[in-house]
Order: sequence, then structure tokens, then C-alpha cells
Amino acid sequence: MLHRYDTVIVGAGLAGMRAALEAKKGGSCCILTKVFPTRSHSGAAQGGIAAALGNAGEDDWTLHMFDTVKGSDYLADQDAVEILVREAPGTIIELEHMGVPFSRTPDGRIAQREFGGHLRQRACYAADLTGHVLLHTLYEQCLKEAVTFYPEYHVLSLVIAEGACRGVVALEILTGELHTFLARAVVFATGGYGRAFKITSNAHANSGDGLSILYRAGLPLEDMEFVQFHPTGFYPSGILVTEGARGEGAYIINGQGERFMKRYAPDRMELAPRDVTSRAIQTEIDQGRGINGGAYVHLDLRHLGPDKIMKSLPQILDLAMRFTGVDALKEPIPIQPTAHYSMGGIPTDNNGRVLLNHAGAVAQGLYACGECACVSVHGANRLGCNSLLDAVVFGTRAGRAVLADLPAIPRGDAPPDSEDAVRKELRLLLDREGNESLAAIRDDLQTGMQKNCGIFRSDSLLRAQLAAIGTLRGRFERVRLHDRGARFNTELMELIELRSLLDFTELIVRGALLRTESRGAHSRTDHPTRDDARWLTHSFARHTPEGPVCDYAPVRITRYEPKERKY
Amino acid sequence: MADTLGLYTFKIFRYNPDKDPKSRYDTFAVEVRQGMTILDCLQKIKGSLDGTLSFRRSCRSAICGSCAMNINGKNDLACHLQVSRLRGRTITINPLPGYPLIKDLVVDMGEFYRHIAAVMPWLVRRSPCPDRELLQFPADRDRIDSAVNCILCGSCTSSCPQFWFNPRYLGPAALLKAYRFIFDSRDEGRDERLAIVDDRYGVWRCRTVFNCDEACPKKLHPNEAIAGLKIEALKRSV
Repeated sequence: MLHRYDTVIVGAGLAGMRAALEAKKGGSCCILTKVFPTRSHSGAAQGGIAAALGNAGEDDWTLHMFDTVKGSDYLADQDAVEILVREAPGTIIELEHMGVPFSRTPDGRIAQREFGGHLRQRACYAADLTGHVLLHTLYEQCLKEAVTFYPEYHVLSLVIAEGACRGVVALEILTGELHTFLARAVVFATGGYGRAFKITSNAHANSGDGLSILYRAGLPLEDMEFVQFHPTGFYPSGILVTEGARGEGAYIINGQGERFMKRYAPDRMELAPRDVTSRAIQTEIDQGRGINGGAYVHLDLRHLGPDKIMKSLPQILDLAMRFTGVDALKEPIPIQPTAHYSMGGIPTDNNGRVLLNHAGAVAQGLYACGECACVSVHGANRLGCNSLLDAVVFGTRAGRAVLADLPAIPRGDAPPDSEDAVRKELRLLLDREGNESLAAIRDDLQTGMQKNCGIFRSDSLLRAQLAAIGTLRGRFERVRLHDRGARFNTELMELIELRSLLDFTELIVRGALLRTESRGAHSRTDHPTRDDARWLTHSFARHTPEGPVCDYAPVRITRYEPKERKY
Repeated sequence: MADTLGLYTFKIFRYNPDKDPKSRYDTFAVEVRQGMTILDCLQKIKGSLDGTLSFRRSCRSAICGSCAMNINGKNDLACHLQVSRLRGRTITINPLPGYPLIKDLVVDMGEFYRHIAAVMPWLVRRSPCPDRELLQFPADRDRIDSAVNCILCGSCTSSCPQFWFNPRYLGPAALLKAYRFIFDSRDEGRDERLAIVDDRYGVWRCRTVFNCDEACPKKLHPNEAIAGLKIEALKRSV
């Protein structure tokens, strides 16, 4: 079936819906999303959204910028960071006017709490449900503005004609039918790739589909080796415990009852950036100082008192009981680092326009924003509360870029065979005979990535993982599906998602193997120091028939020269 | 933490009209470890026993609302319910009642979402906004706290007999959403929104059986919200 819109947005999280509210002003606009909009993973963000509002002590955007650049281990592009932090206060006010129910100070202003790596109290929050209230408010705004949604449509490929992107092909999950959405502008806002790992805070849906679609179409992916591990995931599930808990004052304690962060980040303690804190926790665990020597440490809230915990961290209290059986008012919570955020992704300029190559050429009619994109404002390590901000600020900018560009983009026609290749691929996946199980391959991939390409990496581990991915790809060719029907075939979806995982995990591992230094979230035990002379660069992995190739582009430094990073 | 709880029997509702117009129950034996949730078990069944089993899930941390289903007779989120919390060794899983069936545990929630959209679920402002945030005192914010936390999982509306008998009824989730805005101190759309809920398919169809409060996996109180709306609606008519 053929649909025509001026703008098609893929993904209904914060970035996609914010972009839609802009793009809608310039013509028809729809959002395709594989889960219903309020099910998007933006809603799982808990702790806050950063902005130098100054509601809790002096603050200004230059301080926010410095914290972000230092947090990124100097890999963020500083012109982009400046946009992010300068637009932050206005963005928060705009969200509040849209109806976001932020928590409040006694005099009625937006409340702000402390957060890791931010030296001022600048995390605006709604208890520990900040992403949830932002996501629902943006969905409500989209209802108000009559944005058209196609929920449970799984986008599978781009429509390309005369070298330009003219739309997407999507699978309607309910019926198994293919749909072509022709558009003058296509915006990808498909989220992150945390599902590559066994222990992750990410939703099942976070399988990096958008990245894989663009990579398969010949576009590069930037800085894929940088994956953030959040310090506090529940043990053993990896489900998120907000950094807001430490923002409110929680301690991290090892098996010897020690607040060990004093040995790793004496000034910031538990509120060091996530890469530093995760490495510290993993080191304690690896050296046998986990709780009872196990693979977890404790997050202790008890000294905050029941009133503060129930008021500021109600969700954590509930989740701790449900997922670990712990009453956080009375006992410490078992936690471990958990794969959380993708710093890398689809390279864009500062207005969400997708880059064709590392030299900065821009693709016509193609945009990306949110976690799937790499602007780069987070560099080698994102600060907490900067992701929701990134999604809204650059979602807005991508939408405005669409508005500005639309008049110059011609209305194209679909090539008559736009769905043929996809239909053939799906047939192949559905009809394939073999003896391999999709779940087993996925599990092996995630377990291997966790072990070989996790918090600590080395040449030998990464090479082992590269070989493992090759083997898993062979096994993928022999997966036999049980469900060969058209109706709501979630097994087929999972197989397509696994194919995405196999595509981009290779890029994470290759990028990590090539980058012979330690920077931000990328830690090489065989190259333990940062090497600015050689590696103050962004990597751009692109597909070639002989396998992925990496190009490099310099980091844009405007205000802050790289310095040693201590907390 | 890898302690085994032993073998459990999952009795699961199956339905695929493309293959068979009739529904049935399939049973699966699953070795359950300490800490496993109902969703973990469903994933295990789908991954290793029967790939055709269909259900929705995403965040697995009780915030996205995808995996609401009827577990041992009670609507709940599969992802946050640990097997060890249930009595007995047989667990019966049905789709959420009251919604049209699609396949297995997947139901059509179109009507549910349309009801949410029908209550003008957005902040209405007529007077201009200042350059800064609209002030809201903590006590005013607290008033909508529970309503704000709704994840639209559909458990409450699915448990309501009035909705079963007449799907035109807005239902508890949509009314809770209306409450969230009507009682937001910043909102200026109160009268229009009250007119929507002050209707025979609005608050007056609620018979106060409290199923919704009991069904809510987030421990919210749609029934209380509906009571609050009824009072506002009455004030409006006198």
C-alpha cells in the first residue's frame, strides 16, 4: 500500500514526537513506530533533564557546557554542546508550558537536583519518572496537533531513487502487509542499541534498527565503540536505578562496607560521571570486593529517611521490592553496572541533517535525532540528564531543519519495485529451513558482547568477539522460525531485530579494536591512557563489500582545550 | 540468586483466527529460577518451546505498559510480577478482558486509546504564558501526582464491567487522564473537559465497583479520581 506525506518520522520517543510538532507546521506529517508511542523507551528515563535554570543556586550555560565537555572526555563537538546547553533553559520552559508536571520548589518553581558529573544542581525532574512525564506530555501535544500515528509499524528499509531518500518501507505488524511511505523528508528517531548486551537497562525494542537500516543503505555510523554502562542497574536484571538516587545522596558500598568511590573520585564520590563510577564498581567486583564476593555491590538509601525516599524516589522503592525483593527503606539495594546508552549513532550536523561521510557532506531529505543520532554532544561519555535534553533540543532542531528544507525538496515518485526487495527478504527469513534458534543466537551474542566488549576491553577479547560475531552470522542463516504467519508475527520481528544487532555489534567491536586508547566509556586494559595526539577523532564506520571500513574526522574544539580528567 | 523454584505449568490462552476461529489453552512446563518474572517465563517459552506465542512487551521495568495481561485472574504487568509471588504451581494467563482479540495475548486497544484522546488530554492555556515556568506549588502538584503516573497499560478499563457492556464508556483510564488536567492548577480548559466527562458515557456510567483501583498495577486510584470528577460535574450543573 502506498502513502504520501511531506514528512515521515520513524520512532515515537521524545525526539521523534518533538520533531513531528515542528515538521507538522510545514505540511503533512506522520510517525511510524513499532511500539505504541507511550511505550517508547524515553519513558523509562527516571532522574531528570539538565538545564542551567538556576532554580537551586547559581548556574549558567558555560558551566553546563564545561561539565558536558569534560564528561565527554573531550570527544564531544563543542559547537554542538554549546547549542545544547544554551537552548536548554528555553527548552525546559517550553516543555513546562506544554504541561510537563515537574516537581516543584516550595515557591512553585521547577525543582532541580544534583546529578553525576554536573557541578551544579541542574537536573529538572518529576520525582523519578521524568522521562515518563515528558513522553506522555509530548504524546498529548501530538494528539492536540493531530499528528498522524501508525503504531506497530516496523520500518525495514529506505526508499531510494536518484540517489536521494524518498521514503521508507514498513511492515504493518498486525497484518504482515508491507506499506511504502513516500516522503520528501524522512526523520530517524529510533533510539539506542543497548540490546547488544546481556545486562542492560534497555527495552526489548532498543535493537538499533534505524542504525542498521541506514548502514545497509551505505551511510556511515559514527563513534559506535562508545557505549555507556550505567553504574546502578538492579542485580541481576540490569533494570535501571536512577542516578537521581545518588543525586539525592545515596551511597555505594562494597563487600567490606566501604564507600569505595573515595579511592576513585575523591571530590565527587558517588556523583562522578558514569564511566568513572561504573569502572570503579566493576573493579571492586573483579577484585573480589563485591557483596560476599559476588558480582554486585550495594546502593544504600537508608540514611535519606523514609519521607525523602517516598517523595523523590517512589518508583525505585517499588521496583527494588519487585525486582530484588529488597525494601529499600530498610536494606541496601544490590546493584551492578548495566549497558545503558549509545553515544554513537547516525552522524548528523547541528540541525539533524544526516551526514553522507566523514567529510561532512549532507544527505538530502534525511534527518536523525535523539539517541540514534550522533551530533556529537556526548562524545565518549554522556552525562546523566543530558540525553532527554539532547532528544528534545535536537528533535526540535531536526524538525525545524525539515521545515526549512521542504520547499527545496521535490515531490518524488516511488520506484515501482520499492517493496520488492523487502518482500523477498522477508520471504527468505520466513521460509528458511534450518536447526538454529533465534533466542540462542541472540543470547550468545549478548553474552559475548558483555564479556568481550563491556566495561573493560582488550585486543584479545575484542578479536575473540569479532570472530564470534562471524560465527553467529553463519548460524543466523540457519534460523528456522516457528511462526510463518502474517498476523502479529513477533517472532519475525525479533529475527529482524537480531539481524540489526549482528550488523552494528560488529561496528562496536571493530571501532573498539581500532581505538588503541582509553577515553570515556571506552576502556582498553592494554591501552589504559587517553591519547589525544592520535585519537582526538570521531570514527565513521561504513559498509563495503569487503566488510566495514573506518574513516576518522577531527573533534570540533571551540572553548575548552583537552585537559586531564579528574573528579 | 540462581536458586531454582522448580517446575511450573503455564496455561496460556491461544488464538489465531487465521488458523482456527476457536481459541484454546496450551500448557507449557517451565523451570523457574528465583527472581524470574512472568515475562521472563513467557520469553523463555517463546524462545525455546513455541515461537508462535504472541504477546506485547518492551521496557520490562513496569513503565511502558505494553505487557498488561490477566494473570491468575488478575490484570497485571507480566514484567514486574515475580513467579515466586504467586500461589500454586499452575499459572493461567489470559489476554486483558474487554478488548477485541488479535492473537494469543495481544488485544486491540484502539478503542482504549480513542477514549484517552477524547478527553482533551493536553494542557489548555488561554492567557499568555510568562517567559519563565508557570508557578505551581507543591501541594497543587501533589493533587495530580497519582494521575500523572498512569502508564496507559489498560488494566483498569479492562477490569470494568461497565466497559465490557458498553465500550463507548470512556472508562477509568480516560477519566483519570481527564482528572489529571482538570485538577492541574495551570490548566484553563476545565469547563470544556468537564462537559466531555459529564455525560452518560462519562463519569455517570461508573457504578463504583472499584475493580479499576484493584486492577491498577501502579497502585493508582482511578475510582477516587472519578469520584472527584463527579463532584465537579455536579457543581457545574447547580
